[in-house]
Amino acid sequence: MTAPETAAGLPGRSVPPGGIRGVRGVRGVQPVASLLGVLALGVCLVLSLDVVSAAVALVLEVLLLPLLRIPPRTLVLRTAPVLVAVPLTALSIALYGRPSGRSWFDLGFAHVTDGSLELALATALRVLAVGLPAVALFVRVDPTDLADGLAQLLRLPARFVLGALAAIRMMTLLGDDWRQLSMARRARGVADTGRLRRGASMAFALLVLALRRATTLAVAMESRGFSAPGRRTWARTARFAGPEWAMVGVLVGIGVVSIAVAVGAGTWRA
Amino acid sequence: MSTRTSAAVPSTPVRRSLRWRVVDIVVASVLAVAIGVVFKVWEFGYEPLSAAMTLVLPGTQAFFGGVWLLAGPVVAIVVRKPGAALYAEMVAASVEALLGTQWGWLTLEAGLVQGLGAEIVLALFLYKVYRLPVVVLAGAAAGLALGLNDTFLWYAGLDVAFKVAYVVSAVVGGAVIAGFGSWLLVRALAATGVLSSFAAGREHSRRGTRVVA
Amino acid sequence: MTTPAARIVFSDWGWRYAERDTWAVRGVDLTVEPGERVAIVGPSGAGKSTLLRAVAGVLPDEPDPDDDTAAAVQGTVLVDGAEPRAVRGRVGLVMQDPEAHTVMSRVGDDVAFGCENAGVPQDEIWQRVRSALDVVGLDLALDRSTTMLSGGQRQRLALAGVLAMRPGALVLDEPCANLDPSGVVQVHDAVRALLDETGATLLVVEHRIGTWLDLIDRLVLLEPAGGVVADGTPADVLAAHGPALTAAGVWVPGSEPARGSARRGTRTPTRTGEMHGVERGGPGAFRPLAESASASESESESGAGLLEARGLGTARGRRQRVGRGIDLDVRAGRVLAVTGPNGIGKSTLGLTLAGLLRPSAGVVLATPSLADGAGDSPIAWSSRQLAARIGTVFQDPEHQFVARTVREELAVGPRALGAADVDERVDELLDAFGLAHLADANPFTLSGGEQRRLAIGTVIASRPPVVVLDEPTSGQDRATWQAVVDRLGELADTGTAIVAVTHDQDLVRALDADEVVLGAAGARPVLRDPATEVRR
Repeated sequence: MTAPETAAGLPGRSVPPGGIRGVRGVRGVQPVASLLGVLALGVCLVLSLDVVSAAVALVLEVLLLPLLRIPPRTLVLRTAPVLVAVPLTALSIALYGRPSGRSWFDLGFAHVTDGSLELALATALRVLAVGLPAVALFVRVDPTDLADGLAQLLRLPARFVLGALAAIRMMTLLGDDWRQLSMARRARGVADTGRLRRGASMAFALLVLALRRATTLAVAMESRGFSAPGRRTWARTARFAGPEWAMVGVLVGIGVVSIAVAVGAGTWRA
Repeated sequence: MSTRTSAAVPSTPVRRSLRWRVVDIVVASVLAVAIGVVFKVWEFGYEPLSAAMTLVLPGTQAFFGGVWLLAGPVVAIVVRKPGAALYAEMVAASVEALLGTQWGWLTLEAGLVQGLGAEIVLALFLYKVYRLPVVVLAGAAAGLALGLNDTFLWYAGLDVAFKVAYVVSAVVGGAVIAGFGSWLLVRALAATGVLSSFAAGREHSRRGTRVVA
Repeated sequence: MTTPAARIVFSDWGWRYAERDTWAVRGVDLTVEPGERVAIVGPSGAGKSTLLRAVAGVLPDEPDPDDDTAAAVQGTVLVDGAEPRAVRGRVGLVMQDPEAHTVMSRVGDDVAFGCENAGVPQDEIWQRVRSALDVVGLDLALDRSTTMLSGGQRQRLALAGVLAMRPGALVLDEPCANLDPSGVVQVHDAVRALLDETGATLLVVEHRIGTWLDLIDRLVLLEPAGGVVADGTPADVLAAHGPALTAAGVWVPGSEPARGSARRGTRTPTRTGEMHGVERGGPGAFRPLAESASASESESESGAGLLEARGLGTARGRRQRVGRGIDLDVRAGRVLAVTGPNGIGKSTLGLTLAGLLRPSAGVVLATPSLADGAGDSPIAWSSRQLAARIGTVFQDPEHQFVARTVREELAVGPRALGAADVDERVDELLDAFGLAHLADANPFTLSGGEQRRLAIGTVIASRPPVVVLDEPTSGQDRATWQAVVDRLGELADTGTAIVAVTHDQDLVRALDADEVVLGAAGARPVLRDPATEVRR
């Protein structure tokens, strides 16, 4: 699982003679380590629904967040789905959670009680605690690094990992096509009304274009020996060494500490 | 009209193999990634719909969760190889996670479970049958998986009535959106000729007008 | 260390694609000795691409005797005496669409991809990558992103990727079709360097055969669903089959179209800026709506200004400014060709003139005869107003399709404008563009040339007085090219103003266009010297 360290100790991958970009610090950690750590942390938090464990985890994460050096605006933008989901989920639980304790409000199926409010708070904190590292650690992830890690370290089938990687790369280039599609509709006189329907028809056209390119890309990949019988080698070696273990350790540590504190406080509820 | 000469010598094996070709892998990946983006966009649409549905009858919002089951059946109908539904749901879930979700990378777990639901149904039919009833059944099975998974993991704190409503709605949503919806989507794609390397594209042309070269 | 060149043999080989009734190729007997360099030409649909893909072992469909819509094969094709699929890696394939080959997001990784698949040890991979990039002349850092490469760079990247696999044969499927002239030169030089380096066998298909004449020893002419019709040295075959080749869509050197060959109007060569007398002609379907009311006045109408650009600065979005200080006039019945080096912003200018992109500086003004009450700034017009006044044909026709059948596609424009005679217009256009037999087909299933004609048809269905085209002739064989250019000529003859963004000098000449060359500081008109003009 380790690769020969090369000059400049470039993290996450072995560098070919001649050098590739030097990525230092947390960003250079092999994404598989982040993935495993985040999954472990998620499992730890999911085991119990209580305010203390979620709060402890969240606090620890926020304290460690500056280490990632993500610009605030980017962070807010990328965590937007999480932030938007929090109040809505909390509301839903508050209204329909398992009733217990004093009842505050009753309407039809909705029962707002002490119990449901507490569950709502716990859920909101847990959503944040699970969602935050999941987004933050992957804001700057390089898909090629992740693919290398998945195929070399986790031994996932290389054909599928590389196929997914090529697909993701191809899809990121469709932005220009979207603009062309949108301009074309304006030029043809159909862009004045019906935004939703137009959006759906544009999405469909984009999908057709993507599939057509996918078929050609498949020919190109196949002609370069992709999926041929025989062993495949790797030009970049995925590393799992010190920094990676540190990443996993920190994330698992957050999970363990939050469980410990919750058990200690007596609020742990499996 | 004979379309093959009597001297035809096939240069590749004639069995329809269940091995994934390169074009299967790439197209499955592209479809899964595209649907993963749809998943992400749907998250924003889901919340208001869910809120509205829960006011009517809590638990029924799972119907709209059927959108998250689309990846499996769509890719499976196109590619028709073992593991297609599972692979597609995992890739779509990964894309969704990479773009940022409230469930973080636990969407992978959801993708795994949902993909398995559809996969099991297709496996029962030996990966040979992809007609509408089978596809709807696969969608329903994925819905069942989603319902059970969510009520067990995320809605453990809620009462039984909610859970039952949730699972039932998920099954119906899976059948309608993921089953019937994916069948419609693949048919529309096949009509554009972009699936001509696949049996799904050829079935459509057999029914409709043939494009002469 | 070089690998030996490959020997390719076709014996009575034929292939029929899935869901087609006719054979793409049939009865091909062809032997290519190691190190030979062969060019293959033939009409569209003669199966040239099929042939090349068979050699590379990448034909997409699997023959299946139980499924009569699956592919079918006949005869054999052997590379070094073995099935192409078994010796994958001996043959390197480069195709027409530069974007399609790029697999990875960094240059070095992309070139290394083939080596990885072949199981080459890691250290050797990077040696090969660097030497391959040197041979094709691509001087980019290994971690440079592959996103913003030009077409010529991308094709050379593909060649490097192929070279790193040490192929015995190089198979090129119209690699220069979508490139501008400088890209073509880059690719040609890279291929020559690659062949010098490896001595590999070469099979190349290209419409503009002039590009490759200095490299090839043999020219083969194919016939649709037939076999080899002619096979010999380029000089012999061109001499013996010249007209047949031109009819087959090949750009035979020396037979380029003459100036103004697509225009029927009698034009006397004058300096640009003077009024021309143009005979009004062309089918009724092409007549721009704005001019139909005053059809009686012929000569004084043409040349009327329709669009003006003053001090125009263009931008591809809020931050990417491309052009500045551009002054242009778009006149009825005239063809304005915007040329210039790759990346200078020709497409951006075209789209800005068409009212689809906002100018970053200066103005685009519509004269009252064009604006017809809608205000003088095209960017501010509604979609319907724009469609009736300025039509745009995009570089990729597939971006424009919004309907499920060809007939509906042609009807979209007139319907959006509320025209009363939608069906008549559609029928006229179907006939004029030769698409009547495809009226119920899905637009995405049409061939490239048919899609291009359909795209132009949909735009002029709304009868706009101005039509803007972005690279209308890229990647086309001679026959399709002629069809498109003839139609553009007819359009101009009926008084439509045409703006064509292009790098195709043959187009500029055939349409007798007013050419402006776009540079960093504006657009410079190209003045033609009347003394050297040949009278038609």
